[in-house]
Amino acid sequence: MIEIEVRYFATLRKDNKKKEVLILEDELTTGELVDDLQIPREEIAILLVNGIKSGFDVSIKDKDIISLFPPVGGG
Amino acid sequence: MFGYNGKVMRVNLTEGTIKTEELNHELAKKFLGGRGLGTKMMMDEVDPKVDPLSPENKLFIVTGPMTGNPVATGGRYMVVTKSPLSGTIASSNSGGKWGAELKFAGWDVIVFEGKSPEPVYLAIQDDKVELMPADKIWGTTVSNTTKYLEENYPKGSKVLAIGPGGENLSMIAAVMNDEDRAAGRSGVGAVMGSKNLKAIVVKGSGLPDVPDQDKIKELNKKQLAKIKENGVTGQGLPTYGTAVLVNILNELGSLPTNNFLKSAFQGAEEISGETLAEKYLTKRTACYRCPIGCGRYVKVGDWEGGGPEYETLWAFGSDCGLSDMEAIIKANHWCNEMGLDTISTGATIAAAIELHEKGYIKDEDLDGLKLEFGNNTDIAEWVKRMGYGQGLGKKMAMGSYRLADEYGAPELSMTVKKLEMPAYDPRGTQGQGLTYATSNRGGCHVRGYLISPEVLGLPEALDRLDTKNKASWAKIFQDLTASIDSLGVCLFTSFALGADDYADMYNAICGTDLTGTDILQIGDRIYNIERQFNQLAGITPAEDTLPKRLLEEPIAEGPSKGHVNRLSEMLPEYYELRGWGKDGIPTEAKLKELGL
Repeated sequence: MIEIEVRYFATLRKDNKKKEVLILEDELTTGELVDDLQIPREEIAILLVNGIKSGFDVSIKDKDIISLFPPVGGG
Repeated sequence: MFGYNGKVMRVNLTEGTIKTEELNHELAKKFLGGRGLGTKMMMDEVDPKVDPLSPENKLFIVTGPMTGNPVATGGRYMVVTKSPLSGTIASSNSGGKWGAELKFAGWDVIVFEGKSPEPVYLAIQDDKVELMPADKIWGTTVSNTTKYLEENYPKGSKVLAIGPGGENLSMIAAVMNDEDRAAGRSGVGAVMGSKNLKAIVVKGSGLPDVPDQDKIKELNKKQLAKIKENGVTGQGLPTYGTAVLVNILNELGSLPTNNFLKSAFQGAEEISGETLAEKYLTKRTACYRCPIGCGRYVKVGDWEGGGPEYETLWAFGSDCGLSDMEAIIKANHWCNEMGLDTISTGATIAAAIELHEKGYIKDEDLDGLKLEFGNNTDIAEWVKRMGYGQGLGKKMAMGSYRLADEYGAPELSMTVKKLEMPAYDPRGTQGQGLTYATSNRGGCHVRGYLISPEVLGLPEALDRLDTKNKASWAKIFQDLTASIDSLGVCLFTSFALGADDYADMYNAICGTDLTGTDILQIGDRIYNIERQFNQLAGITPAEDTLPKRLLEEPIAEGPSKGHVNRLSEMLPEYYELRGWGKDGIPTEAKLKELGL
């Protein structure tokens, strides 16, 4: 079992949920996690694992922080 | 030539004369308009060694060929002059509706020369142009000046003005238009103030001629679809504005905090775009012909008005250690009223706080106000004091470099070429550091926004902590940006559009047949003429650098921990790609290739 924190931003905050701690029974990739959270992958433009930009194929480890952003920009 | 009115207004403020000249179409073809054309005219007319606040400096207000024309975001104008803050070429652009109105009045460029003996404003109603005494508005805030002129001129008149900041020659003063839009950077407002020029009110009744309405309609349909389909311009910016970047940069550990002493901010959520939208946003606003609408209108108590951008949330927020959104909204409002650049104002307050905390600035200099990192609700009062030039505020109004230098600690100023860097720590975004170091106006993010590939993954994702290939990305982004700034459209369109799209846009409006490659080459030409101006002004390539803190002190914690900016790995390659010598100076061959 591993414990991770998932942080949601911008339009990915459903019911104003900003973050949550999840206990994972199995080892998952970032993509599998996103699928389990029922977020369509195309809605995610930036996925960070511990602040490092990552794809959907990264294995999640204990204590990882996953940050999810939709397409956003500025300047 | 389509796209332009073909008319330049030359205002000699010393003599009080106004002349009409024909636009030089050859120059317009080579430099487009806005930033490019303005810089070329500066080069031709002004000695780059000029004292920026002397009557010999000139102030160019320059539209682009797209300004006032029926294309997406075609409403921008550029203020070009020599910067009193950095001593470099200054070109600051703004949106809103003022630039388009100037085009409707039949003008492409206004050149201000000399210095008026008394404060004046310029009133334009198509061909009727006059200089008027500004005694009733001199000393007033930007909103009061705007209201006064709107009431005294025909309905629909648009106002550009400086506030007390520009009048008092603050080197971080902005030129404001439509009350809360700013040509913010490089102290262009001080140049206007030095000429005793308070405002320009304009009303136009014409529309520029276009070669083929149907072709333009077809182009617009295609380009508006691209802007709408793009996640950033179609969804992200309209919903959250630029403010949404606060949490992203914080999650990356690259949100400069406490004058870049730290790179992550515990109070980020409180000053984020999400919080702004949830608690304060009343509506979004858009500039002329903008389908994006990134502007925020916010409400605090009984007050409602223009809200802070990302850079402003950072400057007064994390850079000052402040997580009080209402205090930031207030500080932003007072920057607009004083006519001060929010980035340089907030960043200078951050530097002042560090100077105070390190004992350089003494308690007795504070006149009872707080100056410390953390929840400092006196921050708006500091903005007012900077605008009115009162007490310590007078020194702060000269920008962080001169402030820190006066106290013997210039290394505490987080500037490049004396211009305050904005909201991206270049230790965690290596390429952005290169564009800060090589920007022709100093520490600026919108001369080559490598945050787009390094953070947002657009047009493709680059490793933000790697230096590989960043030189070539920097050059392309800088060249494309120079052309966009010269066309008179918003840089934000470049999230969705590329060089070929801008060529299509230019061709549809001007009836030409440029390619995307041409657009990039024109950008290269503009970048090089700016570099030439700076060189002649005495700015040396040794200034293509970053503050020591960012080159030598690694980020202490978080996702970018252990990193400094590795500028030396990128700069030689960048010079080579630019066709400059190892000394950073454009070669004869390069200048010849660009027709300079």
